Amino acid sequence: MANNLKDNEFDVIIVGGGITGAGTARDCSLRGLKVLLVERNDIADGATGRNHGLLHSGARYAVKDSESATECIKENMILRQIARNCVDDTQGLFITLPEDADTGYGLDYQKKFIDACIAAGINAKAIDPKDAIRMEPSVNPTLIGAVQVPDGSVDPFRLCAANVLDAKLHGTKVLTYTELTSFIKEGDTVKGVRVHNKKTGEDAEYYAPVTVNAAGIWGQQVASMAGAFVGMYPAKGALLVFGHRVNNVVINRCRKSADGDILVPGDTVTVIGTTSTKIPFEECDDMRVTPEEVELLLREGCALCPSLANTRILRAYAGVRPLVAADNDPTGRSISRGIVCLDHETRDGIKGFVTITGGKLMTYRLMAEWATDAVCKKLGVTVGCVTATTPLPGSEPKDQYNEVKVPSYKGANLGFKASIGRQGSRAAAIDFTKAEDRELVCECENVTLGEIKYAVKELGVTSLLDLRRRTRVGMGTCQGTFCIYKAAAALAAALGKPEMEQKLAEDYLNERWKGMSAVGWGDTLREMEFMQKVYKAGKPSSFKK
Amino acid sequence: MQKQNISEFNFEQCQKCAICTTVCPVLANNELYPGPKQAGPDGERYRMKNPVFYDEMLKFCLNCKRCEVACPSGVKVGDMIQNAKLTLGKRSHVLRDTMLASTDFVGPLASAFAPVANLALGMKPVKAVLDATIGVSKHRTMPKYSSQTFESWFKKNKQSEQDAYKNHISYYHGCYANFNFPQLGKDFVAVLNALGYGVHLLDKEECCGVAMISAGMLKQVRKKAQHNVDIMKTAVEAGRKIVTVSTSCTMTLRDEYPHLLEIDNSAVRDSIVLVEKFLYQVISKGDVKLVWKPDYKAKAAYHAPCHQERLGLGNFTIELLRMIPGLELTLLDSHCCGMAGTYGFKKENYETSQKVGKELFDGIKAVNPDFVACECETCKWQIEMSTGYAVKNPVSILAEALDLEATAAANK
Repeated sequence: MANNLKDNEFDVIIVGGGITGAGTARDCSLRGLKVLLVERNDIADGATGRNHGLLHSGARYAVKDSESATECIKENMILRQIARNCVDDTQGLFITLPEDADTGYGLDYQKKFIDACIAAGINAKAIDPKDAIRMEPSVNPTLIGAVQVPDGSVDPFRLCAANVLDAKLHGTKVLTYTELTSFIKEGDTVKGVRVHNKKTGEDAEYYAPVTVNAAGIWGQQVASMAGAFVGMYPAKGALLVFGHRVNNVVINRCRKSADGDILVPGDTVTVIGTTSTKIPFEECDDMRVTPEEVELLLREGCALCPSLANTRILRAYAGVRPLVAADNDPTGRSISRGIVCLDHETRDGIKGFVTITGGKLMTYRLMAEWATDAVCKKLGVTVGCVTATTPLPGSEPKDQYNEVKVPSYKGANLGFKASIGRQGSRAAAIDFTKAEDRELVCECENVTLGEIKYAVKELGVTSLLDLRRRTRVGMGTCQGTFCIYKAAAALAAALGKPEMEQKLAEDYLNERWKGMSAVGWGDTLREMEFMQKVYKAGKPSSFKK
Repeated sequence: MQKQNISEFNFEQCQKCAICTTVCPVLANNELYPGPKQAGPDGERYRMKNPVFYDEMLKFCLNCKRCEVACPSGVKVGDMIQNAKLTLGKRSHVLRDTMLASTDFVGPLASAFAPVANLALGMKPVKAVLDATIGVSKHRTMPKYSSQTFESWFKKNKQSEQDAYKNHISYYHGCYANFNFPQLGKDFVAVLNALGYGVHLLDKEECCGVAMISAGMLKQVRKKAQHNVDIMKTAVEAGRKIVTVSTSCTMTLRDEYPHLLEIDNSAVRDSIVLVEKFLYQVISKGDVKLVWKPDYKAKAAYHAPCHQERLGLGNFTIELLRMIPGLELTLLDSHCCGMAGTYGFKKENYETSQKVGKELFDGIKAVNPDFVACECETCKWQIEMSTGYAVKNPVSILAEALDLEATAAANK
């Protein structure tokens, strides 16, 4: 918009580099605004990167919250068009088990469910249980009813990275590992932000007429720093990751939403979740999955897909739902997942400050549209939103595996194909001309040295944990045991900081260790022992408890 | 909570330790091959995500199963790769692969015209044409075909005598003994008869299908496998062991049928026994007596074929050969010969095949034996072509070393 701005002056500052902030940064930049995005850790570090990765059809909300269901199915159809490299059209099933009839969720409920889906615009159709087994052989064979819905899976890291990348391509300045320390206020007007870079230790000030609070669960603190109150409700959701794809179709339970009733095939793995537990704010930054949660998820997971009882679990993790507290419901489930966009000028008399919260991964684009509309209104900008029809970087062409060209060398090209799966058509920008760049660093997830170099150059990577979110490095079966020493060396070299190598590896392995130890038995325990042998031998202190 | 992790091919037990990659003979010699870990468990995760991740480079796997033997976690790496080829592979040289794999279809034809076929397959222009048209390497010495098959020799000369013996076994001779080298079958019958065992053919034995599995001919091979299991069942029900001479046939009948083809062989599996193990057991139990030729003298080097390593029966052969007075036996270091059945015949594999075999060839030359002892027919082709040393099956060595008449008399 304004083109006479100084380096530290922007049209809008967005606080929070999750999917909401990333989407808002993209939308604002596509509408011609000069944008600053500030994130205290890495992008997609919070709830964005700690969920199922389910491309909801909305069916789950249809009976209870028709509005959310309608939003979901609309956004579902949009994401299929604009984020092809992030979305996998697996389809979904809602199954009814014999025991569900006892709890009031038998086939009568199924009918009510289908009617509600259709009313919300979701193409739900009952299918014969035999056809459901044909469609997804791993489904519980005792099922008495099945409904097919247009569910899918979406990779939240990739989706977030694609939004950030497009925002950057449209001029957005992105500061990760940069924490908001205070707002610059003049009277009741927010004029800008004071920030602290956690990596360099530098402090800085940035100015903009509007600041957007898109900090998810941490939005309560951000709002309070500006002098406003937004009551957030931290509800922890735990999930388990299985070692490979057990199912190729999303499996849900056709009943009132409960713990552990969604099984999603995401990229090379399958994820079961979630639980819902109220937690204090202090725990949001370091969540641990309890044995009780693991047991519950496994038990419920086996009801959807009995073979999970014998399937290796790679790790457990947990995220916080950024729900806006609306009442005192102890489960956190009756809270509306609707989008909340607050203009603090009309609400609290604080000028130049907008909060966008509530909602969910699925509706991030709509949330971003609302937030950007609010920003534009304040700035007097009248450009309309185009994000529903503008593909994200990497999304074109349609048939990615066949249309994105594999470099012309004769050997195995799993690494290149896997890059297409992750980066979409942007994989064409990865340099594969040198043999060393075709070498696999992470063999479980087929990440080449070329892709790592690309991620460092284009996707803002500073640590192996960041690299994982862009490339899946170390997310496979061995959880980094056999690749992290290579990846650490490659990343340290690409960053031009060879002295960081050991620190990079330690940070990564400690984080993996945390997720593995929650499910440390069987083959995962063997892998953990192996990991210890490989790395502990070098430096005994590298494993913190 | 979870009792154990169960998965097809023990896929989930993979710890990604990469030990399999250190023993793969192809990986070290062909940069286009991604190696057993990538082609096996790593690739499998991606193939489960989307079959588009099937990589045609898996064709370079020679199915030696050394990866499986090495795996400390019991992962069936080789089976996993074969299974991916069977279910997802595209067949590029359909005519050639069908011809090479259909040993019991091509065999009778070639045997019927053996003199012409052998002459033609030995001629440079013919080899050049085969190379250019269907992709059979022109550098290869083609196996000779016999004008009389083992089965027709046996029916004509030996079958009628067999019922007179006190013990009985069924003999799965395989295509090689039948079409290419009936002498092996003749030696087998001579030794078993001398030890007091009547030899019986199965009711219309068909090729075990090992080459068809490699060629991805799933439908055809399942049919053969089912037939073979059925006829073996009849023999087992009659109280007979199924004695085999080829390690690759044995592995296929015993392990590949249930693992890869999902053919239930549980009724016959425990009755399938490689001849060396069978002989070692009856000899060591004292069931039979042996009379050796007093003047037998030879220097042999034993090469354990890859599929023998996979079967885990090599010690029986070694101990059996060590019983022969006058045989000086050297054990060669375990290396793949590079032939791997039909693999080495394929034009695109010739170079890899020879590079893989080099360490073995050098080892043989260093020992400089009178002959190489080896149970595998395709190792024989490869070693004879590449080193000039003759290769003998242990059964043939026994036939030479035993005083067959005196042995027969002792076991009457």
